[in-house]
Amino acid sequence: MLFTIFAILTVAGAAAAMSLRNLVHSVLALTVAFAGLAAVYLHLGAQFIGLAQILVYVGAVAILIVFAILLTRDAGATSQSILSSSWIGNGTVVLVIFGILAWAIHHSATSQRVVLPQPEASMQQIGNALMLRFALPLEIIGVLLTVALIGAVTIAMREKKETR
Amino acid sequence: MGETADQFFVTLQHWLVGHAPASLQPILSSLLSVVAILGVFALLFAITTVLERKGLGRIQNRYGPNRVGPFGFLQPIADGIKSLTKEDIVPHAADKVVHFLAPVVLVLAAFSLYAVLPLGRNMVLANLDAGVLFFFAVSSVMELTIFMAGWSSRNKYSLLGAMRAIAQMISYEVPLILASVTVIMAAGSLSTVAIVEKQAGYTGILPHWFVFTPWGFAGFVLFMIAATAESNRSPFDLPEGESEIIAGYYTEYSGFKFALFFLGEYLGMFAISGLGITLFLGGWAAPFSFLAWVPSYLWFFAKLLGMIVVFIWVRGTLPRLRMDQLMNFAWKFMLPMALLNLVTVAVWHFLPQGVLRWIVCGLMVVVPYVLLGRGLTRGWKLEKRVYRFAE
Repeated sequence: MLFTIFAILTVAGAAAAMSLRNLVHSVLALTVAFAGLAAVYLHLGAQFIGLAQILVYVGAVAILIVFAILLTRDAGATSQSILSSSWIGNGTVVLVIFGILAWAIHHSATSQRVVLPQPEASMQQIGNALMLRFALPLEIIGVLLTVALIGAVTIAMREKKETR
Repeated sequence: MGETADQFFVTLQHWLVGHAPASLQPILSSLLSVVAILGVFALLFAITTVLERKGLGRIQNRYGPNRVGPFGFLQPIADGIKSLTKEDIVPHAADKVVHFLAPVVLVLAAFSLYAVLPLGRNMVLANLDAGVLFFFAVSSVMELTIFMAGWSSRNKYSLLGAMRAIAQMISYEVPLILASVTVIMAAGSLSTVAIVEKQAGYTGILPHWFVFTPWGFAGFVLFMIAATAESNRSPFDLPEGESEIIAGYYTEYSGFKFALFFLGEYLGMFAISGLGITLFLGGWAAPFSFLAWVPSYLWFFAKLLGMIVVFIWVRGTLPRLRMDQLMNFAWKFMLPMALLNLVTVAVWHFLPQGVLRWIVCGLMVVVPYVLLGRGLTRGWKLEKRVYRFAE
């Protein structure tokens, strides 16, 4: 039952993010969708990834999107309504395709698979895996992030020199 | 005797919960803890408001409030009644839903921070395996609420204040988290309970708190400076008292919503002080081994009150930092110091115990501090200020 609540929250947030007229409202609805996803992770017992989802997505990505919107467009402007009359026909086609796909997946081999026991993912094990087995990918990601940071600073600096 | 006083609230909770049927007991027990946390920290907020006003008043050579109650200590009641009965003005052009939700989500996030703080022996609401990560995740939600407050007011000053506040908070999150990572490395766990237990024990009468090590001291100082910036407190309160005329992101809030913002800010301050106490000052442990008979929760709140007093003291003493000074300080000084602190704690861990590791780690902390400070201030000259348009 908890999963249903979180799922409805996430889907409602995503649908609202898609259909709200005001852009900043869409971003806040998207943040609710992120939080719903984090709740699903926590419900599955994945503490690290659930909390990291909140820390990274709600705390950093949402703020990034908000800054980007506010610095680049007129935030008070609302877009046109996105519902129109052609939605009825299109919506029916989409629902039919979804029904066929759902029936096909449900009757295929994937739904009759054996559910493996839930793997242990304690903090210690994630840390060990990152440091021992996946040390090289970790370092490469670190280099990538550093490159992005230096690139951003370089672009911003060059703009300052051009205006002089 | 000391044991029963120490575990008094725990046994009280177990006794109260024992009256309920077994299926409801976990929920009832959590509910009781939540009510206790709400009550205690709201009371602490009330005490802090009057303490701050009187403390600031005395630092500024005047009395604080002294009309309501003996020496003005019932002032929070008067403040509460005032904020409840004031008219709630929402600007006509404001975004009503977001304007309403901002203080609500702020207080929600601020109260959830207390779930992972061990207030005493066996007195933590949620013993999460990743407690410190939970704390930082929820405190990053608070930044978004400040943006919501500033943007929904449809006021240029509010928006500016909100943008500056967010920039400041995300800049200071980096040294804050890096300073906590040193403690996590030393304790080997992200759970707050495990970190406090690692700091238990005494050599002679001196405790094993992390603040009494070179890297711990540097980490504690970095943590407290970053905590002051995170709670938008003076000397980092540029977004809030920006021009003291216009209150930044909560300009357009009146009545109880303004009080909720204050509550959220102060609760955030208490929570981050609580985390600092848990990480560096040994949590609920007594400072000397012969004082261990005092109940653990009394020690936690004594340390918390001490830190609140230091916050008020710093607020009354230091001038406000300008935005660029603030950002430079975070990125150019605190971030390198925090990174070097990480290396220091690693060196401390791998050197054998003795005088050598104190000397090496002490030098590793002090020398970069002096060099970095000298290097960053080398370009500064104190010269007579020239006003371009006034000459």
